Amino acid sequence: MTTATSTPLEIETPSPRHFHPTDAAALAPLRIPLTRIVTVELRKSFDTRSGMWLLASIGLAALATTGAILAWGPREQFTYSEFLLAIGMPMTLLLPIIAALSVTAEWTQRTGLATFTLVPHRGRVLLAKGLASVLVAAAATVVTSAVAVVGNLIGAKITGLAPVWDCDAAALASFAGAITLLMLTGFTLGALVRNSAGAVVFYMVYAFVAPGLFALLAMSQQWFHTLRPWVDAKFTQDVLLHGGLSGDQWAHLAVTTFVWLVIPLTVGVANLLRSEVK
Amino acid sequence: MITVQSVIKRYGPFTAVDDVTFTAAPGSVTGFLGPNGAGKSTTMRIIVGLTPASAGTALVLGRRFADLPNPGREVGVLLDASAQHAGRTGAEILTLAARTMGLPNRRVEEMLHHVSLTAEEAGRRLRDYSLGMRQRLGIAHALIGDPEVLILDEPANGLDPAGIRWMRDLLRDYADRGGTVLLSSHLLHEIEVVADHLVVIGNGRIVAAGSKRELLAAAGTQVRSTHPGRLREALTQASYTVTSSTSAESDGTRPGAATVLRVDADPGAVGLIAHQAGIALIELRDADGAGLEEMFLELTAETQRDAHTQPEGAVA
Repeated sequence: MTTATSTPLEIETPSPRHFHPTDAAALAPLRIPLTRIVTVELRKSFDTRSGMWLLASIGLAALATTGAILAWGPREQFTYSEFLLAIGMPMTLLLPIIAALSVTAEWTQRTGLATFTLVPHRGRVLLAKGLASVLVAAAATVVTSAVAVVGNLIGAKITGLAPVWDCDAAALASFAGAITLLMLTGFTLGALVRNSAGAVVFYMVYAFVAPGLFALLAMSQQWFHTLRPWVDAKFTQDVLLHGGLSGDQWAHLAVTTFVWLVIPLTVGVANLLRSEVK
Repeated sequence: MITVQSVIKRYGPFTAVDDVTFTAAPGSVTGFLGPNGAGKSTTMRIIVGLTPASAGTALVLGRRFADLPNPGREVGVLLDASAQHAGRTGAEILTLAARTMGLPNRRVEEMLHHVSLTAEEAGRRLRDYSLGMRQRLGIAHALIGDPEVLILDEPANGLDPAGIRWMRDLLRDYADRGGTVLLSSHLLHEIEVVADHLVVIGNGRIVAAGSKRELLAAAGTQVRSTHPGRLREALTQASYTVTSSTSAESDGTRPGAATVLRVDADPGAVGLIAHQAGIALIELRDADGAGLEEMFLELTAETQRDAHTQPEGAVA
């Protein structure tokens, strides 16, 4: 009696399998296509609770901003570009954070161990993250302009006037370009800092603290007033957000983007490719 | 097949991995054994390309890891079961891996079942996982691509005894089907029950390597008798090396004061000599487990952090 105690300790002994049994039996595995990495990276941005909230807050912020303008905004502000820029404001805060977190999470959450062993080419992973960021920026632009259309139509209903469509394709493209640049700024900070909290703080400094100080300096010092468009990246990005750039303004944008985006991004990526993933 | 050839990793003046060479062959479990900080994890990170080596090469299936087109399909890696996003569910973590490798979604269900995580557990977020559950998830993550090589860093950490038994059976079965397993641990017992080959590392250097049988044989025989003095004499005359684990000064004539001797011969030879010398034995056996442990401690004594206490004989 006592011997009949064969407790199944082992949970499940796997049935004999062959390696690669499923589809491509004898075929060597194919190189992972970039499109697949991009879709996985997009999924990774929104499959956590914080990611979901960031995504939800973009939609909520767009609706709240529109509601606020309709409720409290002066009637003469009920034009399409006013709605678009107002709704774009929270985007300039939230989108870069999504981009930054997509890079920093690999270090802060240490998912890089899995990510960079499944795809042992960090350059490809980063490229995929960059492309995913641009896709998010594009989608956010579409949502923003759509919500702005609805806001403008409701605004016209309230005032009883014809809706004002004061935004041409060039201005919309300019808006989309600015959103994308801000997104890439967040991405760059993520690659440089490689720490979630640090990257967010740096972005806050970049987007809010520094422009305030620069504005103050530009008001008191004439020489800085003329210099500012050449050195203040956020300033030129805001110009782009509003659209209708002059030749000089394009030059400002090119210079600040090169100095504050291209160079740091190059340094950040170079560090990231060589660094050790622990 | 894993081939590590003269790998060196330096951090400034400190050499974390010092000229490490070994292979892990298909159809076997290779145990990578060493105290904490010996360089096991660094070596494993070098193999999978997360850490660049200062010198040397590490090949998996004859290729550099970065040259594998879809590594997850050929090499399953578990370096740290906790290194996943705390806010992701277990099922989502596996889904991401399956998507990256281009596997059908049903593989996620299969693997969850394979490592005995329930649907409810799979829906929980990683931060709510126990270490044992994380290890199971990590094993599922490593196995999901049905690879032919497994690289696991301390996979038994945090598993309960049943889990350790499960892991052992899983790895044994995997190797028996022709897979290559490289498994690290700082606990000898964990490894000696499952490994066919051992690579022992201390302070970045390989201090012993070979099949478990060889290393066990090298550990010799453990013998206890009421007349250890005479037995020692007889064995020494037969030109065997004898060490004693308890006080060598005891004359060995008092009953009960038996002394354990360690001899570098197989038990048969020791028994024969005892018989010829007319000495009765109390115990005669392979110095297997204990022997390997002593070897492990000896081999790593100079290199490990906590100085290994000297055998009592040497103190007196």
